[in-house]
Amino acid sequence: MSLSGAKIIQPLCIRYPDMPVISDQAANCNTTSTPFLGSTRTLRRIQSVSAAQRRPASAIVAVADVVKEKKLKSNKNHLLTKEEGLEVYEDMILGRVFEDMCAQMYYRGKMFGFVHLYNGQEAVSSGFIKLLKKEDSVVSTYRDHVHALSKGVPARAVMSELFGKTTGCCRGQGGSMHMFSAEHNVLGGFAFIGEGIPVATGAAFTSKYKREVLKEADCDHVTLAFFGDGTANNGQFFECLNMAALWKLPIVFVVENNLWAIGMSHLRATSDPEIWKKGPAFGMPGVHVDGMDVLKVREVAQEAIGRARRGEGPTLVECETYRFRGHSLADPDELRDPAEKARYAARDPITALKKYLIESKLASEAELKAIEKKIDEVVEDAVEFANESPVPSRSQLLENVFADPKGFGIGPDGRYRCEDPKFTQGTAQV
Amino acid sequence: MWGILRQKVGGATCLSPQGVGSHMLRLRPVTSALRNYSSAAKEMTVRDALNSALDEEMAADPNVFVMGEEVGEYQGAYKITKGLLDKYGPERVVDTPITEAGFAGIGVGSAYHGLRPVIEFMTFNFSMQAIDHIINSAAKSNYMSAGQINVPIVFRGPNGPAAGVGAQHSQCYAAWYGSVPGLKVLVPYSSEDARGLLKAAIRDPDPVVFLENELLYGESFPVSAEALDSSFCLPIGKAKIEREGKDITITAFSKMVGYALKAAEILKKEGISAEVINLRSIRPLDRATINVSVRKTNRLLTVEEGFPQHGVGAEICASVVEDSFGYLDAPVERIAGADVPTPYAANLERMAFPQIEDIVRAAKRACYRSGTMVATA
Repeated sequence: MSLSGAKIIQPLCIRYPDMPVISDQAANCNTTSTPFLGSTRTLRRIQSVSAAQRRPASAIVAVADVVKEKKLKSNKNHLLTKEEGLEVYEDMILGRVFEDMCAQMYYRGKMFGFVHLYNGQEAVSSGFIKLLKKEDSVVSTYRDHVHALSKGVPARAVMSELFGKTTGCCRGQGGSMHMFSAEHNVLGGFAFIGEGIPVATGAAFTSKYKREVLKEADCDHVTLAFFGDGTANNGQFFECLNMAALWKLPIVFVVENNLWAIGMSHLRATSDPEIWKKGPAFGMPGVHVDGMDVLKVREVAQEAIGRARRGEGPTLVECETYRFRGHSLADPDELRDPAEKARYAARDPITALKKYLIESKLASEAELKAIEKKIDEVVEDAVEFANESPVPSRSQLLENVFADPKGFGIGPDGRYRCEDPKFTQGTAQV
Repeated sequence: MWGILRQKVGGATCLSPQGVGSHMLRLRPVTSALRNYSSAAKEMTVRDALNSALDEEMAADPNVFVMGEEVGEYQGAYKITKGLLDKYGPERVVDTPITEAGFAGIGVGSAYHGLRPVIEFMTFNFSMQAIDHIINSAAKSNYMSAGQINVPIVFRGPNGPAAGVGAQHSQCYAAWYGSVPGLKVLVPYSSEDARGLLKAAIRDPDPVVFLENELLYGESFPVSAEALDSSFCLPIGKAKIEREGKDITITAFSKMVGYALKAAEILKKEGISAEVINLRSIRPLDRATINVSVRKTNRLLTVEEGFPQHGVGAEICASVVEDSFGYLDAPVERIAGADVPTPYAANLERMAFPQIEDIVRAAKRACYRSGTMVATA
């Protein structure tokens, strides 16, 4: 599988008719394509394209990376092992069932505020995050429940956090949009789009710094930054593409292009909707992949993460995906065409993976059903746990503002306020 | 430490006003040999103080690194980071492209993982491009993550007006950053402040906004032997009484401390003994010291260069009214920059910021008033 840095940038209307495109999932290759991107564009491979075939250099050719070529074996049955398949399946089911349960709980009033659900995009989360080590970091946006779950944060902790209970992963202080876990290296959870990208770049910078300055020779931690199509128009995104490529940071920029930012279609908001092209403009490979197909995502992820781990620098991966629900639970979702929704619903990543596992005899119906049942129980248990957990006590209001609470200053008696044992019991007036 | 002693003791020799580019008068006989032993003998510019503080902290802890525009090969836009690139290499003194939002966020992200970045903004006006990261991903993170992720980062750079740099380069951000919970905001005045507070800021586990002043960089102040020690730190959140007095309390920070001290000299000739407090820390604000002082003098005058509405003086006034209302003999006087974007013309600019005469005039107003209604300044 090749990830080419030498993507040729062309105006949108021109396709790549001469490029051999190899599809490995016959079933998902229906080319019901919209004018934009084609809903079903499969993973691009550029195999040894001779100079003659290549379009003349009227366009900018990106910084040449070695075009990696790997002959695709007859791989229909060997894209992943049984254990991997079941792991990924379980993760995707967990994401789906959890988010559905969130919707239920929201409408029952247990959850409140802004809740953004991830239904339909599970392939991206499971495809990427399941390849990471515990020390690798993930930075996300407000649509972060499933990223946290995939990275290993227990479902109980996430559900309690959403209920605002003190047993949540952030003790109820963060909420739906601010999932943090130091143990699992989930660095948030940011409400502002684009805000997480520089933070992720910083985490990648740390990895490089540790290796080169602090001489921790084996530090090869990779960071993944997840964000959406709307963010790809934001200034911070470009600033970080530049710096990450400049300093060859071990980061993968993952665009979850679900075509819609609340009610603003990606096509109405972007001058050139093909986001992957922004990678080569900054000197890194840009890849477009079908985000409804977890196996394809996983393959691309493997290559991109491998690149970062080896120190070859960042990659921009655009996953074309879709969210089955509205932008948030407060969004009536009226602007999207029902036909479009139906088309994508037919490409549900979970159904696709299930079909693949069964057809390639990697798993049986019974095993998959057992997994689904297990996940149902896990999520039910999480809800029960969250229900029974206590709300934060009054004294928690003032806690954790500072790591060094002397930051609250000096009280009227001349001593530091935090030294007063009754400090956190008081009101919020400090 | 010596600074704190001065606060309590307030010996006469130590409190003569700091010179503006001129050396202060000494009461002791001057012989070069003796100068090395007396505690007030060595002088250091604020620039050197900051440079030496950065140097020592970087040497002591390999996690500390500096990032910003022109900090490396150019030796720093204001030469604060001079020599650091040669000493520590380009991985630890990182020149960035012009991307405040980007590199401030990168600093925050690396601080999440335990590094200790010192992010330089060429002036704090440019921090507005990165303010989302200072506030939303740095200040609030310890709280949002319930203590799991703290952010030991320092954002530093010159703040406030310089000389003739125009409206977009002259704003003071003390009040803006001072209102955000989760941040610590420091405003050094002298070289000792600069050294002690910067070292404390770098060692602090929380995000610190360190507001310097461009016009103070070149000024020399005496530094004690303690201040030159590499483990010298000043406590965050404690103000310093630069000059003791009994008739009126004047609070100031950064460059205005120098003006206030000069004004105090002038007032002394007119029989008004002014107590000058160098705030040193906007957040947390040392309300205790301010209130103790006001209870002693019964009058308060706050001085700042920033815009008047919602400024630091407004907060101090409210705090004093809440805690020490009964002790006030006159309404609190508030001197701030004019409520206009900074003009360019030299004479207009002079009118747009507090000058020593303004401080003197306001202090006299506070002293001759006795409870009648305030006319707007």
